[in-house]
Amino acid sequence: MSGLVLNNVTKQFGAFTAVDNVHLSVPHGTFVCLLGPSGCGKTTLLRMIAGLEDPTNGTILLDGADITDVPTHKRNLGMVFQSLALFPHLSVGENIAYSLRIRGASREEQKKRVDELLTLIHLPGYGDRPVSKLSGGQRQRVAIARALALSPKIFLLDEPLSALDAKLREAMQVELRQLQQKLGITTIVVTHDQREAMTMADTVVVMNGGHIRQAASPIEIYRKPADTFVADFIGSTNLIETQVDSSGAATILGHRVQGIVLPAGAQKATISVRPEDVHLTAPGNGAIDGTVTFVRDLGGTIETFVEAGGQQIIAVSTPRERPEVTAGQAVGIALSPDVCVVLKQ
Amino acid sequence: MKREPPQSIADYGPLFFPAGMLLIFFVVPFGTMIAVSFFQRQEGGFYTPAFVFSNYERFLTAFFGGVLGFSLMLAVTVAICCVVLALPFTYLLSRLTRRLQVIWLVGLLSVLSLSEVIIGFAWSTLLSRTAGLSNLLVKIGLLEQPVALFPSFGAVLTGMVYQALPYTILVLYPAIVRLDPTLMEAARTLGSSPIRAFFNVLVPALRNTIMATLIMVFIFALGSYLLPQILGRPQHWTLSVLITDQAIYQSNMPFAAAMAVFLVLVTLGLVALTLLIGRKGEKA
Amino acid sequence: MTHWLKRFYFLLIGLFLSLPLIVVAGVSVNAKQTLAFPPQGFSLSWYGEIFTNPEWRAALVASVILATTSAALAVLIALPLSWFLWRRIAPWANIFQVLGIAPFTLPPVITALGLLTFWATTGFYGQPWTAVIGHAIFFVTLPLVTLSLGFSAIDRSFVEAAATMGANDRTIFRTVVLPLILPYLVSGYAFAFVLSLNEYIVAYMTVGFTLETLPIKIFNALRYGYTPTMASVTILFVFTAAVIFSLVAKFGDLPKLLGAMASDES
Repeated sequence: MSGLVLNNVTKQFGAFTAVDNVHLSVPHGTFVCLLGPSGCGKTTLLRMIAGLEDPTNGTILLDGADITDVPTHKRNLGMVFQSLALFPHLSVGENIAYSLRIRGASREEQKKRVDELLTLIHLPGYGDRPVSKLSGGQRQRVAIARALALSPKIFLLDEPLSALDAKLREAMQVELRQLQQKLGITTIVVTHDQREAMTMADTVVVMNGGHIRQAASPIEIYRKPADTFVADFIGSTNLIETQVDSSGAATILGHRVQGIVLPAGAQKATISVRPEDVHLTAPGNGAIDGTVTFVRDLGGTIETFVEAGGQQIIAVSTPRERPEVTAGQAVGIALSPDVCVVLKQ
Repeated sequence: MKREPPQSIADYGPLFFPAGMLLIFFVVPFGTMIAVSFFQRQEGGFYTPAFVFSNYERFLTAFFGGVLGFSLMLAVTVAICCVVLALPFTYLLSRLTRRLQVIWLVGLLSVLSLSEVIIGFAWSTLLSRTAGLSNLLVKIGLLEQPVALFPSFGAVLTGMVYQALPYTILVLYPAIVRLDPTLMEAARTLGSSPIRAFFNVLVPALRNTIMATLIMVFIFALGSYLLPQILGRPQHWTLSVLITDQAIYQSNMPFAAAMAVFLVLVTLGLVALTLLIGRKGEKA
Repeated sequence: MTHWLKRFYFLLIGLFLSLPLIVVAGVSVNAKQTLAFPPQGFSLSWYGEIFTNPEWRAALVASVILATTSAALAVLIALPLSWFLWRRIAPWANIFQVLGIAPFTLPPVITALGLLTFWATTGFYGQPWTAVIGHAIFFVTLPLVTLSLGFSAIDRSFVEAAATMGANDRTIFRTVVLPLILPYLVSGYAFAFVLSLNEYIVAYMTVGFTLETLPIKIFNALRYGYTPTMASVTILFVFTAAVIFSLVAKFGDLPKLLGAMASDES
């Protein structure tokens, strides 16, 4: 198949397993974000794709060809490093032209391509400047242009925006996504920032402890998290314990809830309900009853903390649908079955 | 490109030339010297392979004991003088602007790189009857008539301190530059005068560095070879002078080699001590 | 009060370090062949003497050739070694780093005597080229220390970035590593060059009877007849050293170089 495929890829550093038996396939032209907390193995995975680390086990295929043992410099990829790694002894133009120069491209060819790329990254005429004279965002763009100079098959970025301030980062996320769509290049970005992943990716790959926990579209990751880790890591959520009663129906805190189906044979499970899907009603009207413990009014949203049977459930609502509740008040919690996601144990 | 252990013979390639050079022209000569130190000396400047300790036994005479004692004493005195002079200087240097620091460093390096011959010549001129300090002293009326201030022990000591002082400053420099400047400021805010703060705060904080520097300057001074000859009398000659004298003029290579081996052992012992102090310093 | 004390101390040390050189500079401009100070008359002829007197000129040429070639050889030994130690994981190879630093740390007479016995045993004693090797081994420490420092300052992601852009090991060395290491290479060469120019005992014990370098020539002149040329050569040496170190300071980071150099030695 066309695209990048990882089969059973494992990487061990001594006794430590950084990446554990990972399968992943990235179709041609997609934008993938590897997302997870630090130490989850996402950077190691990216470095193995780049050939900067050798997998202990498993194979990496690119467009059907096994590239596991192909050295980095023969993989035809572009990579942006966390430190950017712009060569301090070369100018902006020379940095961008590096991959062309070492392949013996003529001066005219180099200049033509550099000009094209500088226009693409909105820095025309910057070719002769020293790298040290650029701002953070400009360096970022130069690093991207340099990696794209040879129109590589895969474009890899390791925490590319982490050095930028929040505002610039958000702008660059949009810019990077638009650039990728324009060029149609297979792109893999490592990040620990879920907003970044949600903004840019076609597919978000959530990793933890060297494993892929879930790989799906951003909206599916948010709406249908596969397990407790993903549900908790992406956005905020209510994790609620459910049991199966004697008749075989799912119950929450002793109340039977229609429509929730637990995996066959399971006696209990955790479900995830996003706070904005929790609706407050009059006591006795909802599935569960509880007591309001605290109301946080943030202006744009209102968070209501409800204590029900020893669990804390948070409901988020907009001022428009403002629930008229105060701390100490008894409320009912309505949960429609389609917002309750049963998580894998 | 991964950083990994060498995989093939070709990966070792870059090591061949440097390793070969160092092995052939440092390790082998060093071994040759050790071997020769056990050889039997023949009359007329030759020696035959043997395994005798007679070359080492000659240390036990009063003459060589005296030379060894004098060498060690001289090196210790030089080391102490240099550290005492260099410590406040290096501290003050580290507080100068970067530009001034660079100017001083260039000057210090230039003096440090001076040949012992040149230092010996310069001081012998300065201490001489015709061109030296004594003329100045006569002019201001402290002396009746110009005198030569060398050869003398004072001249040897002065020359060697001159030679070792830039070295001492450059050894102290990194440790003192990296010292937290707030340390002295804290002492000042607590009411210490700058000079008291220097002795009560800075010197204790640098205790390990000072010990290590003393040892390094000691080794450096132990290697001084020409200054005792140019500025001193024969009784001021050091082990280094004696080694050369035996090797070149007395043609007694085995004895010269034995003395050199002995000097290496003293030096290595002191280097080990330096490392030990350095390690303790890291832990503290 | 302390401000003046500081100035006074700088003045004192400055005077101590420069006084001998001031006197020598004075002696070097004497009009007649005397070592008088203050100088009697003024003449720069003793500087001319270095280049016109065949003996002094021969010594100068010998010293410059020795320093140029031995410093180059020292760099040729140090560069692949420090590159290998940086490029590969081979902890045992650090032994060669230690071997490279040892000759400079031990009293010089030991290296000198070791080389003397070696050349005498192998039958090459007195050959001028043996001094080149001797100095290269003796001073290999300097480029070794500056280059190790330079390599440790190279961000490894530069190398990885070059590899992702298609550069192989050799191309990376040529286009990335070498340009970044160059200032350290040059300062290592400069240090070795200046020290070789001034070195006496190793040169004396290996080729002292066949080749007269400037330090050997000065020492011989000290023994067998003073001449102001000794003074003019001395000033020439100090001047050369100052110029070279100023250039190193101008194009490199001297405090950083010295900071790391001395800490590596201790």
